[in-house]
Amino acid sequence: MDTQFKKLSLPTIGCGLLLLALLGVFFSCSKGKDEAKTYHSPETIPVSREMIAELTSPPNVPKPTGKRKAKKLIVNMEVLEQEGEMTDGVKYVYWTFGGSVPGSFIRTKIGDEVEFHLKNHPDNKLPHNIDLHAVTGPGGGATSSFVSPGHEAQFSFKVINPGLYVYHCATAPVGMHVANGMYGLILVEPEEGLPEVDKEFYIMQGDFYTKGENGDRGLQPFDMKKAVDEDADYVVFNGKVGSLTGDNAITANVGETVRLYVGNGGPNLVSSFHVIGEIFDVVRVEGGDLINENVQTTLVPAGGAAIVEFKVDVPGTFILVDHSIFRAFNKGALGMLKVQGDDNKTIYSGKQEEGIYQPEGGGIQEIPIEEGLIKEEVAMTLEDKMEYGKATYMQSCFACHQAEGQGIPNAFPPLAKSDYLNADVNRAIDIVLNGKSGEITVNGEKYNSVMTRQDLTDEEISNVLTYVYNSWGNSKKEITASMVASRRNAH
Amino acid sequence: MNPLLKTVIICITSIILSPSVVAQTQDMVTVRGGVYIPLYGVDSTTVRVNTFLMDIYPVTNKDFSMFVQKYPEWKRDNIKRLFADENYLTLWETNDLHGDQLLPNSPVTNISWFAAKKYCECLGKRLPTVDEWEYAAMADKQTADARKKETYNQFILEWYETPKTFNNTIGSTFKNYWGVYDLHGLVWEWTMDFNSVLISGESRKDVDKDSNLFCGSAAVGASDLMNYAAFMRYAFRGSVKANYAIKNLGFRCVKDIDILP
Repeated sequence: MDTQFKKLSLPTIGCGLLLLALLGVFFSCSKGKDEAKTYHSPETIPVSREMIAELTSPPNVPKPTGKRKAKKLIVNMEVLEQEGEMTDGVKYVYWTFGGSVPGSFIRTKIGDEVEFHLKNHPDNKLPHNIDLHAVTGPGGGATSSFVSPGHEAQFSFKVINPGLYVYHCATAPVGMHVANGMYGLILVEPEEGLPEVDKEFYIMQGDFYTKGENGDRGLQPFDMKKAVDEDADYVVFNGKVGSLTGDNAITANVGETVRLYVGNGGPNLVSSFHVIGEIFDVVRVEGGDLINENVQTTLVPAGGAAIVEFKVDVPGTFILVDHSIFRAFNKGALGMLKVQGDDNKTIYSGKQEEGIYQPEGGGIQEIPIEEGLIKEEVAMTLEDKMEYGKATYMQSCFACHQAEGQGIPNAFPPLAKSDYLNADVNRAIDIVLNGKSGEITVNGEKYNSVMTRQDLTDEEISNVLTYVYNSWGNSKKEITASMVASRRNAH
Repeated sequence: MNPLLKTVIICITSIILSPSVVAQTQDMVTVRGGVYIPLYGVDSTTVRVNTFLMDIYPVTNKDFSMFVQKYPEWKRDNIKRLFADENYLTLWETNDLHGDQLLPNSPVTNISWFAAKKYCECLGKRLPTVDEWEYAAMADKQTADARKKETYNQFILEWYETPKTFNNTIGSTFKNYWGVYDLHGLVWEWTMDFNSVLISGESRKDVDKDSNLFCGSAAVGASDLMNYAAFMRYAFRGSVKANYAIKNLGFRCVKDIDILP
């Protein structure tokens, strides 16, 4: 009976056999064998053949299921406890599904019977399991997949609800397993598959709690108290600071449609996912059936997901952030999408003109700022210059270059002990005067971001640069207002 | 003759005939009994633990190598599958020697519960109960019950995140209040009733709650929500079966104290 049932689902079977098998139900034959069957409920979808699931580590996504029929899908997932790098110089022991944070992406089709093999590496210390939110059943598979080190657990489930789902470890203490990186996404595609797009990526946010503060070097253990207090040291995409910036940035070409599978492993924080300079054409809200259009920021709950789609119309670097914005600039929740192609000046012009704006002056005037109305206090001593310079630094520079001039890895270059800074004073003055974009190398690391021109007076620039040059192990040069003025006039 | 019965007889005779084996108590220390509230089990009920002797160190590769030479039915190639899975002594170089890859004074791991239990019995000892083990392991260097100390919990949590500690040698962690080493920081240890937490024995209470260690029910059953370190231990115990042999799991023995007149 079993074999007959399997054969039934094969497309090659003719009407005659159908008749034999189903006896009286011969009316179905009149519809013709090629017509697609419709099933009243997903659990009745038969499966044909077995296949091994393709699993991918972030930011990659397995091939679409396309038109394929439901299958018996074998998923082999290995749990690995391993040391990794949270950010430069900061190590962390991650617990992972498949060796990456987030864990391997699983792509299924509605009706698939997933045979899940969870393998706990013998070197691991702890038992683990998996709770897949795509599973209908107690614990989402957690009880059936509980497995000690050096063992393998197997269980099966049928995916009957389309959508994008989180999976995570649910072994006590659940919070710690999740906080150490044990989460990932499983996609259940509808019968016809998701609409085709040009690029698909896998991005998952997570918050991390370390014994040391953000940036403290060395191997950082998990801090239980901070986790309970929801006081995160790192909020990151794909398990570490910089996993999606610089050389790791995701890429697309102008005119392509990009689909991001965005998950949030938590354990605590809810993400306000936003791509700077893009509007999501389509958001599959919370990964479900509801479609919203023209969305700026979408909420991704801890233990939840969303699918966002947008066409990239203009070239440039688009920054992915958790728009709870201190997380992006101070805790790591920042990624980059680099789009290549031709400009489209109709959609975005770039900077067309810049002048001085003074509310009292009536409109834009091209007057040198030295002749402005504000009389500024002039620093006479180095001590004064340092003090004024620091104040300017905290107003204009701190957000990107950070309090100790350390910058933000892969996004904003350091000013502390900076070879690039110390090499050329005039260049430094020019950058503050005119801004800077394009790739530069600072202390051996490549940076490719944008610094806008700073509307500061010569006096202010001389102070702030003197402050920078006389701080954090730099070359102790003193910059005068006349040096700044000569650079300004040189252009 | 039933081979198991035979083993038992051999074992018993060897205890009687070999005074050197009995003298193993010299490597033990006394853990004075008392009451404690366990993380799990019967809600908010204190448990009495009687005074007992505990091995100062976990059993080592060298110790176990001597054991299998004396009791060859516990060698890797001879053991019945019922008593140990395929990982039993899997890292040993030969059937009866741990070889050069493993240190003689590293804790023996990849040991099944049956083998650990037998080893202790052959020395006139036994495996500790979960309560005895937990009671002795509440101690840090200075105090008998350090469970509320942040440093105590942090030490254990850090160990969970340190890879490959099974390669370290005995005595490489700290000597606790009772004089026992390595209860935390080296390997997990077998206990006599390791699987008793899931089935608390109080069946009337078990009816109402899912007695598993997952998600919500884990939190409901715990007496100290903050004691993550202990959670992990119970979760580990809950994941194993008596024939499992695991790389991070060793054991030590205890002995009831003779009540002298």
